[in-house]
Amino acid sequence: MKSTRKIVLLGLMAAAALIFSYLEALLPPLVAGLPGIKMGLPNIVIIVTLYMFGVKEAAAVSLVRLLLSSFMFGNLVTLTYSLAGAVLSLTVMAFLKKLDAFSQVGVSVAGGVTHNIGQILVAVLILQTPQIAYYLLVLTVSGTVAGLLIGLAGSYVLKYLSRVLP
Amino acid sequence: MNDSKIGAAKGSGKGKRRNDLILILVLLILSGTLFLVRTLSRPSGKMVVVHVDGETQGTYPLETDVRVEIPSGEQGDHLNVLVIRDGKASMEQADCPDLICVQHAPISLEDDTIVCLPNKVVVSIE
Repeated sequence: MKSTRKIVLLGLMAAAALIFSYLEALLPPLVAGLPGIKMGLPNIVIIVTLYMFGVKEAAAVSLVRLLLSSFMFGNLVTLTYSLAGAVLSLTVMAFLKKLDAFSQVGVSVAGGVTHNIGQILVAVLILQTPQIAYYLLVLTVSGTVAGLLIGLAGSYVLKYLSRVLP
Repeated sequence: MNDSKIGAAKGSGKGKRRNDLILILVLLILSGTLFLVRTLSRPSGKMVVVHVDGETQGTYPLETDVRVEIPSGEQGDHLNVLVIRDGKASMEQADCPDLICVQHAPISLEDDTIVCLPNKVVVSIE
């Protein structure tokens, strides 16, 4: 792919991911009383970038999205947690994609669950409270369901994009 | 043992979808069962312990209704308000940006926690 074209497309991906972050920040909590449950909408874009371009490009889009969204609608403390989740999740997704045993849906499910694991690990380390890890049981259920929906959405987007973008 | 399965699935859409399904079911059943077992087997706690930045700041009995102001931050310029009412603890107020701790349902079982990440405040039941 020509580099100008690639830069433009990756810029569009970062912008789309940022808009999804904004949308998600506007949404009320999905499950009352159980905070931290999210759809992970920006991961649609990360999955699409991972399959259309590759790991390096997906990491770049993810990092740009994280930095901008933390500055715009978050804060520096939450950036640490998001970063841990994003790094672990992308590493696992890239590995599973290479393994070639799962479709985009399975890869996305693993991404959703490991995103939560990364965040909880950092929370346990920073707050020195191991009991927080129990919350992973709740977040694994929600991460699996969210990852399934995001993976389905991502695979549809990929199907259409591969037709539109030769 | 699993290698043959994964190998067989390589490149084939159907096998991949089957692997997706196995992954999803394993995750849901495993975490769902553990969650249920834990929730049903856990006794009610007796004390509410407040940690700020990893250090214990106070302990309060769960049976006495009380409202506790928890200062945090380097200059003590951040504030969470913990309320114990009817044997349950909840975060009534917080000055953090996400208010995730305030959205948390009231807690009363052993090892339950309410966490305020930005203020590094952890309320747990013991």
